Amino acid sequence: MAEFKHRNIIALRDLTKEDMELLLATAENMREINSRDIKKVPTLRGKTIINLFYEASTRTRTSFEIAAKRLSADTVNISPSTSSATKGETLADTALNLLAMKPDIIVMRHAVSGAHYHLAKKVTCSVVNAGDGAHEHPSQGLLDLLTIRDRFGRLDGLKVAIVGDITHSRVARSDIQGLTKMGSHVYLAGPPTMMPPAVEKLGSVTVCTTMREAIQDADVVIMLRIQQERQGKTLMPNAREYSRYFGLNPENLKLAKPGAMVMHPGPINRGVEMSSYVVNGSQSHVLKQVENGVAVRMAMLYHVCGGELE
Amino acid sequence: MADNLTVLLDESGIKRALTRISHEILERNKGVQDVVLIGIRSGGAFLAEELAQSIAMIEGAAIPVGAIDITLYRDDIKNHTSRLPVGKTEIGFSLQGKKVVLVDDVLFTGRTIRAAMDALMDHGRPECIQLAVLIDRGHRELPIRADFVGRNVPTSSKENVQVVFSAQNQPLEVVLEK
Amino acid sequence: MNLLIKNGRVIDPSQGLDEVADVLVEAGVVKEIGTNLKAPAGVHAIDVAGKYVVPGLVDMHVHLRDPGLEYKEDIVSGTKAAAAGGFTSLACMPNTKPAIDNKAVASYIINKANTEGFCNVFPVGCITYGMGGERMAEMGELKEAGCVAVSDDGRPVANAELMRRALEYARGIGILVISHAEDLALVGEGVMNEGFTSTELGLKGIPRVAEDIATARDVMLAEYTNSPLHIAHVSTKGSVRIIREAKARGVKVTCETAPHYFTLTDDAVRGYDTNAKMNPPLREADDVAAIKEGLRDGTIDCIATDHAPHHLDEKDVEFNAALNGIIGLETSLPLSLKLVEDGILTVNQLVEKMSCNPSKILGISRGSLRVGAVADLTVIDPAAAWAVETEKLVSKSRNTPFIGWKMKGAAACTIRGGAVVFSR
Repeated sequence: MAEFKHRNIIALRDLTKEDMELLLATAENMREINSRDIKKVPTLRGKTIINLFYEASTRTRTSFEIAAKRLSADTVNISPSTSSATKGETLADTALNLLAMKPDIIVMRHAVSGAHYHLAKKVTCSVVNAGDGAHEHPSQGLLDLLTIRDRFGRLDGLKVAIVGDITHSRVARSDIQGLTKMGSHVYLAGPPTMMPPAVEKLGSVTVCTTMREAIQDADVVIMLRIQQERQGKTLMPNAREYSRYFGLNPENLKLAKPGAMVMHPGPINRGVEMSSYVVNGSQSHVLKQVENGVAVRMAMLYHVCGGELE
Repeated sequence: MADNLTVLLDESGIKRALTRISHEILERNKGVQDVVLIGIRSGGAFLAEELAQSIAMIEGAAIPVGAIDITLYRDDIKNHTSRLPVGKTEIGFSLQGKKVVLVDDVLFTGRTIRAAMDALMDHGRPECIQLAVLIDRGHRELPIRADFVGRNVPTSSKENVQVVFSAQNQPLEVVLEK
Repeated sequence: MNLLIKNGRVIDPSQGLDEVADVLVEAGVVKEIGTNLKAPAGVHAIDVAGKYVVPGLVDMHVHLRDPGLEYKEDIVSGTKAAAAGGFTSLACMPNTKPAIDNKAVASYIINKANTEGFCNVFPVGCITYGMGGERMAEMGELKEAGCVAVSDDGRPVANAELMRRALEYARGIGILVISHAEDLALVGEGVMNEGFTSTELGLKGIPRVAEDIATARDVMLAEYTNSPLHIAHVSTKGSVRIIREAKARGVKVTCETAPHYFTLTDDAVRGYDTNAKMNPPLREADDVAAIKEGLRDGTIDCIATDHAPHHLDEKDVEFNAALNGIIGLETSLPLSLKLVEDGILTVNQLVEKMSCNPSKILGISRGSLRVGAVADLTVIDPAAAWAVETEKLVSKSRNTPFIGWKMKGAAACTIRGGAVVFSR
């Protein structure tokens, strides 16, 4: 019988295909709970989960909170403002103070890549990554896998295009790790200013120079969020030109396979990376992603909670 | 067969027991009106299907069957070092006002039944819950009693009782492992 | 202060010496080198058969953190760590608090080192006031106070005009300029080498070209102004190539690298190990190969440590928040001896790069065992096997990626001015 041996879930890079299969199988069965009148099971009764969010996030935090509550865990949300954190307490001290309150899991989002490994060295409870810098966002990666598998019944052999700022995207890294391990073929597109060096060595990844090349005959198109504040300075002229070359619209979507799935981790900049016609169109699975997010996070919390020490 | 294994029931013995239980269910509930079968994964779910077929043969009427996975409701899970995979709960109908016959293969401590009842309650409010088991091996830790029993088997708590199923999920035999 | 060091392999490239001999030290200077020397009355004799006797090692790139940052290191602990690593002399960088941009700070360091230190300390003054990159510091007075070079190490002089004038002015004064070659715009918010590892770890990368461009600029300025220039901590294959070509053209450029740049790659950052975070960052395998080739063919003149102590609190944090730098004084010798074992350098070349060349470049009267020279000697046990252990480090700080490493080779005895300052 498959067993989940990890105490923490920090990166899909650290998980095997079998680990991810187990999480996805559990998530599928968790969905039944979410469709009931009484959306709650007693599994994590008496467990305390701290949502420690150093970066603002409404949807991920809410999704983790709902996931925890549906498993009957007690949740506490802490959002140290970045300014007070830099002035005062270190992450390690914050963690040790929280640990003294005996949590079972700390779900953390942090702006620094790898901060969770630092945290995990300091605490004895489980650590679940809700996003770290430009490193990984494993729950998003898993919910993307689940959403794609729902539609095709498999992941291996699919052509998945990921378009946008790969360099700064933790979603892209988790998607690449997850998809390539599950046998999908990943095609990346974006301006060269947004393509990190040697990214093709991450697995079965093809770097494309044009968006057309990436989405041609794709089964799935994942669009990444473009932020004028971040990429606007030196990585691209402006959102308008970006949208012309790397935006998804009903026209270029026709290049993908008929009925190809369109996904986006949200929040969407309508009219920049994706036209509203696509967002609202029948090929968009954006809300399905959000729905699967709760089930995937339930599965993650469930499996780390009883997991033996790595 | 190894020396430490004893066959308690063979295939036909199981069939006879299930047929008798079917009659008892019909008798107790005066037919199939509002009766539903819910099997506990995994053995109980297979047996619930068998019972449904048997009842359909006797009564000439189909009876709704569902399956429930109680992993998320267990109270002994803390002892596990890694979490059990979660099975699928499939109850394609409302339990509101239904007479639910909960089906399991072996009744032992009663903790599984406790968990299953909790799980059922989260799916709605049945009129009543009855319990059908193929084997009752004793050693209850909770005040739980089966309404329909295929066979009572005195065991020691160190022994193990198992219902063996075929690849097609047909019950083949019940074995006692010393 | 009289000492007879017997039966060692005496290696002194400054006089083309490499033979088993005895060295007699009297009144703090080398009195005689020869075979079967007899210890005069009252002279302590030590037998160092099987060991190397070399001119005291010189580390031209050390951060002593004193004054101002003594919680990381101070002149006493830093020079003690240097002596333990086989160094008899070091040049300390000016990014102290206050910075070494005036005579008072330089004098403080020299005085404290003379009275309490375990090795010779030669301060490096600032190129610009407070390392602010805006106004030239008083290089003349700094030289008079005892500074052997000027540098804004830790920061580049970003303004090319100012760097040009600094090179010209320093030439007039007769003081060496040491360049910290880094283009800050290209570095941006980078925290490690830009490459596959940074891509996988999601850490912002520092491209190699950020160093190459700055190296090229300063080399061209040195060429244009006909001024001597020393490039600190060379880490990229691009920099090695630029310096090699410049030397071939006759540019008065010298350079150093550090043991971590020929020992580690950016793979060491995996696991987000902040003890593998330094500036310039650890590079890739082809850079390591180029550094080794540069050492072999003489493009790289010196091995310096860039010993950069930091407190635990400054390293035991998230990767981005950690300060740059590692300590190196106690691990430099065995890591460099590995180059000899691997056939990249002869032991003579190693002594040149760790003693003769830095002395020559800094213009200090060290790096030689000529009769009459100050008796700074290092006795090296090339076979000593030991492991780097946190508790045994002499430095106040413990920020090294080499904890747990098995080392081969160590200083058996460090002698400064004829006095034993460290003995293993």
